[in-house]
Amino acid sequence: MATRRTCLWKRGVKVSETFEMEIFRYYPDKDNEPFIKSYEVPFRDDWVVLDAINYIKDEIDGTLSYRWSCRMGVCGSCGMMVNSVPKLTCSAFLKDYPSRKIRVEPLQGFPVERDLIFDMDDFMNKLTEVKPYLLRKEGEEKPLEEGEYLQSPAELAHYKQYTLCINCMLCYAACPIYALDSNFVGPAAIALAQRYNLDSRDQGRNQRQEVIASHEGIWECTFVGECSVVCPKDVDPAAAIQRAKVSSTLDWFKEKMIPRSKG
Amino acid sequence: MSKSNEPVLWFLFSAGGMISAMVFPILLIITGVILPFELAGEVTFERIHNAVKNPVVKLVLFFVIALPFFHWAHRFRFTLIDIGLKPISFLVSLLCYGGAITGTIVAAFILWKI
Ligand code: SF4
Ligand code: FES
Repeated sequence: MATRRTCLWKRGVKVSETFEMEIFRYYPDKDNEPFIKSYEVPFRDDWVVLDAINYIKDEIDGTLSYRWSCRMGVCGSCGMMVNSVPKLTCSAFLKDYPSRKIRVEPLQGFPVERDLIFDMDDFMNKLTEVKPYLLRKEGEEKPLEEGEYLQSPAELAHYKQYTLCINCMLCYAACPIYALDSNFVGPAAIALAQRYNLDSRDQGRNQRQEVIASHEGIWECTFVGECSVVCPKDVDPAAAIQRAKVSSTLDWFKEKMIPRSKG
Repeated sequence: MSKSNEPVLWFLFSAGGMISAMVFPILLIITGVILPFELAGEVTFERIHNAVKNPVVKLVLFFVIALPFFHWAHRFRFTLIDIGLKPISFLVSLLCYGGAITGTIVAAFILWKI
């Protein structure tokens, strides 16, 4: 991989133009504190921030650690703060930073493991907490031989947008509430819960409500809306949360006004 | 985790927000343009007084005044919590919603007296 990529940038080098990358570095075993280190990389029109970081790793400093995989905005692993804005670094072009200088830091709001790599355990736990799989009520599961649960295109359209999430966590890094209180279930996990709640084949909403309708669920959200601004896949998690607020409010009135009615 | 009782507060908050967004612009036009420029005939104390005396108008005014109080209370509570008053969040809630309830009672009383 490294050799092929080296060829890529050697082919069109314009040596005269450079770009300054200020990178957050931290190696807990060696460094007492994180620090910012500056690197000079060639500037190329078609380079994204991730290309520049790969260049640093391959040509300047092999100890730099970060996550990436697909290089095409699909895997969701290359999220970083670029000039304090959460970005997929494989989709952020150098040419969009005319000052020819950027600062790259790990996504904010998460503990740093090393350099640009942060600890995502909290997010992973939150994803499993909302039970992101089709749930059926007891005794209502179809036996295998009866085939799949059918769904119309209109029913699919109800939740499709929420299936597009790539778990990049940019929305968590953008959320001021999560930064203040990491107990908040957070945008992507709530959008994922909605993805299943709105699926015509699913019957697990009541189970998910235990987490979603708790204080740490949707009610911590004050509708800042930054999650939807930074989301690279237009999932619109903020809308998912507001919709969940409306339906949870209806639930609440049903439960309080009509005692014993369990929906 | 237990289900939160936040929905009732959020309901008042969003109802207040909705009313502010929909009714306030109309009220601004009525009280800021139509009345002062007398675009809908002469404005006298009697005329306005009679209009507000109408029970339907009173009811509308009550909601238009009371719900935005709760909108404010909810928003302000979260603003205070977010700037670091979480440790005294109970007191914050008490002051915010208490303020909204007081405002509502005062508004109801005044409307009643008219
Ligand atoms: S909702 Fe959007 S920003 Fe959040 S994790 Fe999914 S794709 Fe990323
Ligand atoms: S490397 Fe996969 S999304 Fe950027």
